Amino acid sequence: MGNFPLMPEQASTFAGPYDVLFLVTTILTVVFTGLVSALVVFFALRYRKGNKVNRKGAHDEHLPLELTWTILPLILGLVIFFWAAALFTHMRSAPKDAMEIYVIGKQWMWHIQHPDGVRENNELHVPLGKPVKLIMISQDVLHSFFIPQFRVKQDVIPGRYTTLWFEPSKVGRYNLLCAEYCGTQHSEMGGFVEVMEQAEYQKWLASKGARNFDQKLTMEKAGEAIYKQYNCAGCHEANDSIRGPSLAGLFGKVVALEKGDSVTADNSYVREAILSPNDRLTKGYIASMPTYKGQITEEQTLQLMAHIKTLGVAQPKPTMAPAVSPPAGSTDPSVPDVRPTGTPE
Amino acid sequence: MGVHTAHNAESSDHAAVSHQFEDIGQQNEIYIVGMWTFLVTEIMFFGVLFFAYVLYRWKFGDVFYEAHKVLNVRLGFINTTVLLTSSLFMALGVRSAMLKNRKMTLFWLISVIVCAFAFMVIKYFEYSAKIAAHEIPGPFFQWHGPGSAGQAEIFFSLYFAMTGLHGIHVLIGIITLGILAWMVAVKHKAVDDYMPIEMFGLYWHFVDIVWIFLFPLFYLMPHG
Amino acid sequence: MKEETNSMPAHDAPQVNYLNWSHTVKSWLLTGDHKRIAMLYLISVSAFFLVGSAAAGLIRLELTSPRGVLLENETYNKIFTMHGVVMVFFFLIPAIPAILGNFLVPLMIGARDLAFPRLNLLSWYVYMAGGVCAVIAMMTGGVDTGWTFYTPYSSMYSKSQVVWAICGAFFAGFSSIFTGINFIVTIHKMRAPGLTWFRLPLFVWAQYATSVIMILGTPVIAITLLLVVVERTLHIGIFDPKLGGDPVLFQHLFWFYSHPAVYIMILPSMGVISELMACFSRKRVFGYSFVAFSSLAIAALGFLVWGHHMFVSSQSMYQGMVFSIISTVVAVPSAIKVFNWTATMYKGSIRLETPMYYALGFLGLFLIGGLTGLYLSSMATDIHLHDTYFVVAHFHYVMVGGTIMGYLGGLHFWWPKMTGRLYSEFWGRLSAILVFLGFNATFMPQFVVGYLGMPRRYHYYYLMPEFQIWHVLSSFGSILLAVGFMLPAFYLTWSYLKGPKAGPNPWNATGLEWTTQSPPMSHNFDEPPIVTEEAYAYDAEAEEAEDIEEAPAAKPAHAPKPAGG
Repeated sequence: MGNFPLMPEQASTFAGPYDVLFLVTTILTVVFTGLVSALVVFFALRYRKGNKVNRKGAHDEHLPLELTWTILPLILGLVIFFWAAALFTHMRSAPKDAMEIYVIGKQWMWHIQHPDGVRENNELHVPLGKPVKLIMISQDVLHSFFIPQFRVKQDVIPGRYTTLWFEPSKVGRYNLLCAEYCGTQHSEMGGFVEVMEQAEYQKWLASKGARNFDQKLTMEKAGEAIYKQYNCAGCHEANDSIRGPSLAGLFGKVVALEKGDSVTADNSYVREAILSPNDRLTKGYIASMPTYKGQITEEQTLQLMAHIKTLGVAQPKPTMAPAVSPPAGSTDPSVPDVRPTGTPE
Repeated sequence: MGVHTAHNAESSDHAAVSHQFEDIGQQNEIYIVGMWTFLVTEIMFFGVLFFAYVLYRWKFGDVFYEAHKVLNVRLGFINTTVLLTSSLFMALGVRSAMLKNRKMTLFWLISVIVCAFAFMVIKYFEYSAKIAAHEIPGPFFQWHGPGSAGQAEIFFSLYFAMTGLHGIHVLIGIITLGILAWMVAVKHKAVDDYMPIEMFGLYWHFVDIVWIFLFPLFYLMPHG
Repeated sequence: MKEETNSMPAHDAPQVNYLNWSHTVKSWLLTGDHKRIAMLYLISVSAFFLVGSAAAGLIRLELTSPRGVLLENETYNKIFTMHGVVMVFFFLIPAIPAILGNFLVPLMIGARDLAFPRLNLLSWYVYMAGGVCAVIAMMTGGVDTGWTFYTPYSSMYSKSQVVWAICGAFFAGFSSIFTGINFIVTIHKMRAPGLTWFRLPLFVWAQYATSVIMILGTPVIAITLLLVVVERTLHIGIFDPKLGGDPVLFQHLFWFYSHPAVYIMILPSMGVISELMACFSRKRVFGYSFVAFSSLAIAALGFLVWGHHMFVSSQSMYQGMVFSIISTVVAVPSAIKVFNWTATMYKGSIRLETPMYYALGFLGLFLIGGLTGLYLSSMATDIHLHDTYFVVAHFHYVMVGGTIMGYLGGLHFWWPKMTGRLYSEFWGRLSAILVFLGFNATFMPQFVVGYLGMPRRYHYYYLMPEFQIWHVLSSFGSILLAVGFMLPAFYLTWSYLKGPKAGPNPWNATGLEWTTQSPPMSHNFDEPPIVTEEAYAYDAEAEEAEDIEEAPAAKPAHAPKPAGG
């Protein structure tokens, strides 16, 4: 577009449908503004004082007309609403197989961790054509993760995970910005997103891992180390024990709580269960687990969660487990499988 | 509103009618509408805090239950009684004002002041006990009960914020009552008519009602 | 409403009016007269507008270069916060209600004053107390939270004068609560005999709807901001995420007021536009009851749409959808108003004088402002545009294009009533045109740069240097806009001192305020008016016929066509 850029690049699968909706809304805006402005100017000139025009039969009110211009904008608005709601739902529903990348926002940088341990600051490298899901949390104030060329944005909040997904559709380097005001260097909190061919990305991962020597542990491995360090397995054994429930296949499972209700084990629940375990006790257990708040960092929490995700796939209800022998072929939960779920090393 | 009476020759001869009104009837109607409108704003004021309370109690119900045990139900109950009694005195005061019984009006107004003052004194003892026990949010906060300390701190934040705002209303009430009582005592023309006292009565009953909600929400939590 | 323009004797003897009955400072500072209080507000609100505009000028200067021009990050953040706080709490919210509303509501309903004159005066003092707090905040180092005061930045992290700034907003809020109570009671109980609800001027309807929002919404923001203060100072906090508190709760409470606050700003302006459209088209406002009820509909629905500020703030998808659909619906009453105003012009006898210039400018800008709201109320489009310059442009179109155009239009319309003087039509029209053009030049580029992805509250944009061209265009536009805003300050001051006498009804308008002298006396009306007609008893057809009779020579060159448009 030369010196007068009018449109951000389209670099994700959202950008196309987004821009169509944007364009349609723009056409609507221009048509309505044009129409009413033209009428106003026309009336102002035609019916100007002193112009000899027919002024007979002017109405004060006209119900059909009122209803027309009440209902017509309402219908148009609702059309836009349903269209936008459909697109929004799509933009908010990450595919199951999306690659998970962890993001920590802090004043004033983005700290990013890839599943296999590669970390980067203010840069995000992603492979082309692969859905990517970001799991994000803030360490201090509100931030907002914004990539204009992908048409995605999500606030990043302290004390709570938020997610964002996209599928890059074009190789190149794009803006990574913080869109929620976060203090002095808010406008400098950002960098770039680099979309790479799949092979390039693998190469990048490999070399990046080698360069950052102390960070070459994968998320899961790092998490496993923490798991060992705090002797989590002492209580959370392969099967439910008296001291603590098994964590195998925890993610996605519905956990019955002591209070009688239940919760689906997602990122936020597991984080809460680690940091303040006694807030929502699992059914059948007493408050015996110490709190890890202040003892492990947000980063370590994320690693721990990555590890817990590897502890076996979702099992049948644990109460059934002792009675029935494990189905053939499934991993034996007593030996935590640390095989990375995503990319190989 | 005496500033402009010079421009207002045709104003009613009734001393207590302000210049912008036609007569005492209109003035009284306007006081009533004005007072109720004001009370609507008050409801919105407290509404925010009640909303926050509901949200957090729904999220942190267990810890809230544990934390509420720390509050002194006996003092809370006494305070409820004191405040309810003051509301009764207030109603009697309004009645005396309507009957133009100046002495009794004064007596009831002062009784209300005494009750309100007693309420504040009891509140003072409650607060200082909480502060001494490190149950005031902030750097000195300590929580020994079961459950998350952070959530208990939020309970006490709400407790202090809500009862504090209520306490400020009681204080404003005491000051206003003092002024009203003084006006009645010196036969100020503004209180010739009973309406100012009735209006204050509305305010006082409102403050009372807020407490009626606060008391069970904080002191009498059911388990579960 | 009897027109008395023709029978008005030439007043050469100095008449006693609300301005000149006493010149002592005390008579001003202790006044209970709604008209004098309006003038006090006019002066103080204008002063704050100057401060806010100066901040805006600095912002535009900084953004001409991707690496800034003369400010530090910290200073820039304080400047835009000051711009927001001052403009929102000290200019936009009080502008029309406290100045024009204060002056006109009693006059329009034939009352001697507002119901509670001392409360009215108190509201000005409270406003000034808030202003002093805001000034202290600026003088002692400034505030860097943005006018939204989002937690936990405002409560835990910012090292600036948050408490003073919040006190400023808190007091300003009380001032508008007092004004709201006063208007509601006055409009309910003090209308002149015969002035039924459906004979009220639409400006009064708009003030009524505004007051409802003021009394229901403002306490919420007041207490919410107070909670931030006690969290900051006493650690009695409920938003702290470290304790498990919810920082997003603050956003909910904040926008529960601050979205309706947009309607506090725009509704009175819409009321002004209704008056102007009727008077300068010489016609009754088309669809009176639709325009009146649309104000109430906006006031009611306006309370249910706050969540559209939070589509990307982690609220659930379904929550977002509810807010989105209500936000779409709330656009309809605004659209109804615009269509009705347009229809009012049809077959009118249109006089293009200064206030009408502003009114027509309002229509254009408000249309764009309103329609771009559609992008932000539909969730998918909002994701990308949220917190970018697109939003900045949108709300400036609504608040500057809507509120300030209406305010200036109203000020020019009632200026002869407020001061008894006329101003120069030439300068008036010129400034209206300059504001309109300058405004579009300033904010149209911001739509583009926002769509490109320029986040708001960005000092530097060296990561996206290609945005510079749009920022430079916008900054040039702002010069034009500034000139447009400055002109009225000069020619209106001249008019106040030296302008020709206006007479009671220079526009030949209907409405009770035009039946009394200009400027009115302290007690407004010598005899309490009695209303026997509906509002806007204009008759374009008859007026034109009179004109033709006066000049019978002028025959139409073309045969009168049946009106098509």
